[in-house]
Amino acid sequence: MFNYAFDWGVITTGKYAEWLLEGIKVTIQLSLVSIVLAFLLGLLVAVMRMSTVKPVRWFAHAYLEFFRNTPLLVQIFFWYFGSYQVLPRAVNDWLTGMNFEFAAAVISLTIYTSAFIAEDIRSGVRSIPKEQMEAARSSGFSYIGSMRHIILPQAVRITIPPLISQFLNLVKNSSLAMTIGVAELTYQARQVESYTFKGFEAFTAATLVYLVMSVAITGLVTLYSMKVLNPIRTH
Amino acid sequence: METGFDLKAVYDNIIYFFIGRYPHGALGGIALTLYLALASCILSFFGGLILGLLSLSRNRVIRYGSLLLVHAIRGMPLLMMIFWIYFLLPAFMGRPVPETSTVIVALTLFTSAYMSQIVKAGVESIPRGQMEAGLSTGLRYSHVMISVILPQALRNMIPSFVNQFVSLIKDTSLAFIVGVSELTHVATQINNRTMVYPAEIFGFIAVVYFVICFAFTSLSRWLEKRLAYRKAI
Repeated sequence: MFNYAFDWGVITTGKYAEWLLEGIKVTIQLSLVSIVLAFLLGLLVAVMRMSTVKPVRWFAHAYLEFFRNTPLLVQIFFWYFGSYQVLPRAVNDWLTGMNFEFAAAVISLTIYTSAFIAEDIRSGVRSIPKEQMEAARSSGFSYIGSMRHIILPQAVRITIPPLISQFLNLVKNSSLAMTIGVAELTYQARQVESYTFKGFEAFTAATLVYLVMSVAITGLVTLYSMKVLNPIRTH
Repeated sequence: METGFDLKAVYDNIIYFFIGRYPHGALGGIALTLYLALASCILSFFGGLILGLLSLSRNRVIRYGSLLLVHAIRGMPLLMMIFWIYFLLPAFMGRPVPETSTVIVALTLFTSAYMSQIVKAGVESIPRGQMEAGLSTGLRYSHVMISVILPQALRNMIPSFVNQFVSLIKDTSLAFIVGVSELTHVATQINNRTMVYPAEIFGFIAVVYFVICFAFTSLSRWLEKRLAYRKAI
């Protein structure tokens, strides 16, 4: 350690720098695709969770509890190794045609994150006074209509800060995709380490990239709360 | 769906799932998962307490230093932390470190950062007047903190600590990456050997994790309700 010869050139130029950049790109792609899908799925589960139909509500509740209380890594392995047993053949063929590792990572990250997002949306909705729903219903909106036009637009605005934090978690969680061979940032840092034995430099670079992303995302939340949320509240 | 659902691979290896090769070899499976989670939880309770108190320190250098450390740890993935420790700890110690210890150190450091925020929030939720009253009766800062503030703050933190324990149980699955034979690692081994039952094997351990984690999540919710009730009366 103390007579270690540092060589930052290894990771700042040439092939290995390209690997790390490629890794950053894949991490961002994986996180963006998953967050969009997770938001849509989370929204659906949140609405089901608040449904007036009991079985629908129970199903959504079970979904939330199950996926929140199971390690992400196990979910990744389940979809990666077991998808051919649980998904129809056509879907599997389609996934294999694209990039199966990436697809399995997207599926698991989406499902895992959607469970957390659904809870965030639900608390956002619960923060809207229930009289608004009653008023909407009595002026003739259907349940879904009141949700869509009155409750959700407000709830989503309040839910944006926790959603951005979920995105940050997702970026960090996407590192687990390396276990099934998705060449994202952590995977590439490990590759550089095993090819060059310059683990210290490679891990420093990867850690710094994660820290920059996390500072940027946290800054975004602060900015949003200052510019968008506070002016609304003080009105 | 090409094969039916067949739990044979799970039945055949059930003991292996629970305790690994023990008593003929090292402890593994669910027992090791719980051991890793419990050991890291106890250690990171103290780590979190120390870091939390440091980040409340009146000394600006100490306060900003520890906040920087906490945010740096929270900003990186746990996997990265495990690689760092795996890589640095032997260099610092000057000798090989067993993988189990590597994982416990990594989980402890990582969770301490999260626990410290719970501690900080808990201490800040106690009215300032209590500290002032304590100081003006002639007690020292550390004395007021230990005998007046922390006993109240810690009680309010119990549900959050239980939630952290649940996260820890889930996080121990990452020990797989350095070859510690906890539940997830055992499952991948059995999966590699049997080849044709991945959905059953990973579905089974998902349910095992769920049962354990859900029990603690429910405990935490119950504690939270009870605390709220006690505060209300």
